[in-house]
Amino acid sequence: MLAYVIRRLFSTLLVMTMVAVFVFLLLHLSPGDPAAIIAGDNATPEAIDGIRLKLGLSDPLPVQFVRWIGHVLQGDLGVSIFSNEPVLKLVGQRLEPTLSLALTTLVVAVTLAISFGVLAAWKAGTWIDRVLMVISVVGFSVPTFVVGYLLIYLFAIELRWLPVQGYTPMNEGLDGWARNLVLPSMALGLAYIALIARITRASMLDVLSEDYIRTAKAKGVADESMLLKHALKNAGVPIVTIIGIGVALLISGVVITETVFNIPGIGRLVVDAIAKRDYPIIQGVILIFSGVYVLVNLLVDLTYTIIDPRIRY
Amino acid sequence: MSVATAPARSVPRFHPWRFVRRNPTLVAGAVILILMALLAVFAPLIAGDPIRMQPAQRLRPPSAVNWLGTDSLGRDVFARTVYGARVSLMVGLTVAFLSVGIGLMIGLLAGFFRTADTIVMRFMDGLMAIPAILLAIALVSLTRASVTTVIVAIMIPEIPRVVRLVRSVVLSVREAPYVEAAVAGGAPTWKILLRHIMPSTFPPLIVQATYICASAILIEASLSFLGAGTPPDIPTWGNMVASSRLFLSRAPWTIFAPGLALALVVLAVNLVGDGLRDRLDPRLTRRM
Repeated sequence: MLAYVIRRLFSTLLVMTMVAVFVFLLLHLSPGDPAAIIAGDNATPEAIDGIRLKLGLSDPLPVQFVRWIGHVLQGDLGVSIFSNEPVLKLVGQRLEPTLSLALTTLVVAVTLAISFGVLAAWKAGTWIDRVLMVISVVGFSVPTFVVGYLLIYLFAIELRWLPVQGYTPMNEGLDGWARNLVLPSMALGLAYIALIARITRASMLDVLSEDYIRTAKAKGVADESMLLKHALKNAGVPIVTIIGIGVALLISGVVITETVFNIPGIGRLVVDAIAKRDYPIIQGVILIFSGVYVLVNLLVDLTYTIIDPRIRY
Repeated sequence: MSVATAPARSVPRFHPWRFVRRNPTLVAGAVILILMALLAVFAPLIAGDPIRMQPAQRLRPPSAVNWLGTDSLGRDVFARTVYGARVSLMVGLTVAFLSVGIGLMIGLLAGFFRTADTIVMRFMDGLMAIPAILLAIALVSLTRASVTTVIVAIMIPEIPRVVRLVRSVVLSVREAPYVEAAVAGGAPTWKILLRHIMPSTFPPLIVQATYICASAILIEASLSFLGAGTPPDIPTWGNMVASSRLFLSRAPWTIFAPGLALALVVLAVNLVGDGLRDRLDPRLTRRM
């Protein structure tokens, strides 16, 4: 077990190194002079030289990489070209809205998706199963921003049940905070729910056809107990895997959802940076989001032994 | 062995209606896609000018003249939606085709030559750890916006997924007796790879290609919506939603026409994918 954890940590480190190399190379492999690209179309030669100096772009690539990775390891992700603020500070200021949105969605979506998946597998072949699976295919096909605008139009503009957009910080009252998060979470979570529900159903169907389930049924074990204790636990590994992989959907979705609902989070930070060509921000946020994704999937791998004690490394 | 003595293979007669009944999702998806493709190809015959602005006719609701109304610059939403299908379908098909082609080559080599495998797969793991939309945003923001840039930016994060799939098939097939027989028979490596191993990767790859197509269409629209995609002067569904964002309550049709077209196309591609998977991979039939 310990050897497995160490091996897994090592490979995580390797993947993160590859991510770092790639994120670093992005700027340097793109056609044209990176300083000119960042400066934009109407920049004077002096402005371009200023940027080249500021980012140390005239040094050889390996030198630049070592310097950059050294700074990153010390928590220095560079400085925004536009506002001159450290990227990490800008991200920190935007952390609360993004974390609120992502964590709420994660918890609600996983709960709903597993319930839907179990229900569909239990009632396999009936209309409940069909309806749930149709919703799941549709949910996977409608883009996040279209879902978002549909929800705003229905629940905020027509019915006036919830605020149209914006974000209320937690310390200004949990009620406003929650009301502002309902629609964004639904928009963000739909594709994630669809994905997990499909895998849960498939994995449950595999398990439900096993002999020991038939034995449990013959013994007269109650349906709920059979589904949740006997089946779901054994169907758990693929479900947890897809929860981890699907976090990529949440991360990409956060960028879009925050734009639709005008939430001042990290996603908006990136979108605003695109328009201003503020490359250090884009680079920093990609690094952070990829790091989160890799760490989540490391945790997922490590939970396998808890879900299924038969797995021993 | 002459042709005449070989027993005639009985080819089962093709029954169109039975095919439709047995593959409802495949047929439904294909029909929607074909209709959309026809709309896209014959756009100039079907719809009016998607670019012409008529400021006097801004934000008009759907009518006999403008079937889906007009947008904030007085452009015809129906014409723009029809023309928008061109970019979406083109990006979806190109990305699916190219990333499957490139991924297939890399995957075959990585799966067959063990030395290349470790390096290539570590690189692919790193690429896969970066969320696709963010990677595409970074790539697009570094170059001048164009449809080509968008295609390349969406392709790069899709390739590793193809490589993984191809590699896993190669690893399971390379020890098969018929491949060993080909090696023992002295077949050159390229022939073993292309003639004996590559065909086994086709069924899962065809299914994967449809999912890549769906995801490429979604990512292109998302990039355009975020302002990091196709240049705003080209009518795409993402651009249409982005430019109409502020008019949701006054002119919902400007957002929902392109939005629903987008959802319909992606749904159709996903249905084709599910239908193909059920046909090509019977193990999974009726499961997912």
